[in-house]
Amino acid sequence: MDFIDPHIHMVSRTTDDYEQLARMGCVAVSEPAFWAGFDRGSVDGFRDYFEQLTVVEPSRAAQFGIRHFCWLCINAKEAENVSLSRDVIEMIPEFLDRPGVLGIGEIGLNKNTPNEAVVFLEHLDLATRHEQPILIHTPHLEDKYQGTRMILDMLCDDSRIDPDRVLIDHVEEHTIADVLDRGFWAGMTLYPVTKCTPSRAADMIERYGTERLMANSAGDWGVSKPTAVPDLIIEMRRRGHSEATIQRIVHDNPAAFFSKSGKFDLVNREA
Amino acid sequence: MNANEIIQSTYLPTRAKLLEVAATLDRIDAARRDGVDTLSDDADLQLNQLRDAIGILTQSRDGDVTRACAIQRLFSRSYDPEWRAEFGMASQR
Repeated sequence: MDFIDPHIHMVSRTTDDYEQLARMGCVAVSEPAFWAGFDRGSVDGFRDYFEQLTVVEPSRAAQFGIRHFCWLCINAKEAENVSLSRDVIEMIPEFLDRPGVLGIGEIGLNKNTPNEAVVFLEHLDLATRHEQPILIHTPHLEDKYQGTRMILDMLCDDSRIDPDRVLIDHVEEHTIADVLDRGFWAGMTLYPVTKCTPSRAADMIERYGTERLMANSAGDWGVSKPTAVPDLIIEMRRRGHSEATIQRIVHDNPAAFFSKSGKFDLVNREA
Repeated sequence: MNANEIIQSTYLPTRAKLLEVAATLDRIDAARRDGVDTLSDDADLQLNQLRDAIGILTQSRDGDVTRACAIQRLFSRSYDPEWRAEFGMASQR
């Protein structure tokens, strides 16, 4: 089955991973800007990173027949440096017209601090001024519930935000209903330990339905599995879900959301 | 899948996970018996959270809050709807 990984950090992965993803049916990936594992020291560090996201990775993916799309921002972890964040936010429009740039992301909160909230709001303002879709990171572990609620408060406070153009990622059992009930798109991240297993993701699909819901590997430089989306496909097949239901989660929903950018030009393969 | 099929297909993996939890708690007990181990405040909190989570497993649940959701909430910091006042941020509404 053709699938899209809607959240994966390929700059941190090997070329072998691209090859393996292609063999398993991956036709497109979307890569949000994120924390590199260290705090970057200057706006030029981010300019180089955005060059990598918009030029180098699409070229690397194309070698294996995979389309590469991306999102731009300064992530929540580095948002503690408000001055640098503002410099990066001011620089981002240089890249927004490039092919494959779908919007602003992954913005959000990390430890739910005042500085993170300030930078999150300034990213929202950037996205609305430039009419960009938004991809949102919700915090890890014990901070997730509080942070997700705070993010929803800020989004719902801003009348310029259309929930149908916002994807809130890393939802789990205690946050998914709040996200979907308010009309946002939701992403489930399939991580070996800290987020969601394929079986728990399938449970949530059975409980909440397939509307505005998708799944990703969020593969990065840490413990993660870039081929986790096929694991979910197998789990759903094992439970007897139809191919159409599975395809909606792993292909059609990401494609529908990304199409809101006007720049998602993936052509389906001929049957 | 019906309930019988779910039990049949998950019995052994679930049994294995329960044994892993039991063995982990045994290992903690043994370490505390053998030495002068006193738990740090953080470790004590974490152990109590694990025990509370185990308690949730044995509760029957009929409402919207599943066991998985209840355990997620147990491991979560609380949310204060007035957080913006604490941060000195005004709501835009």
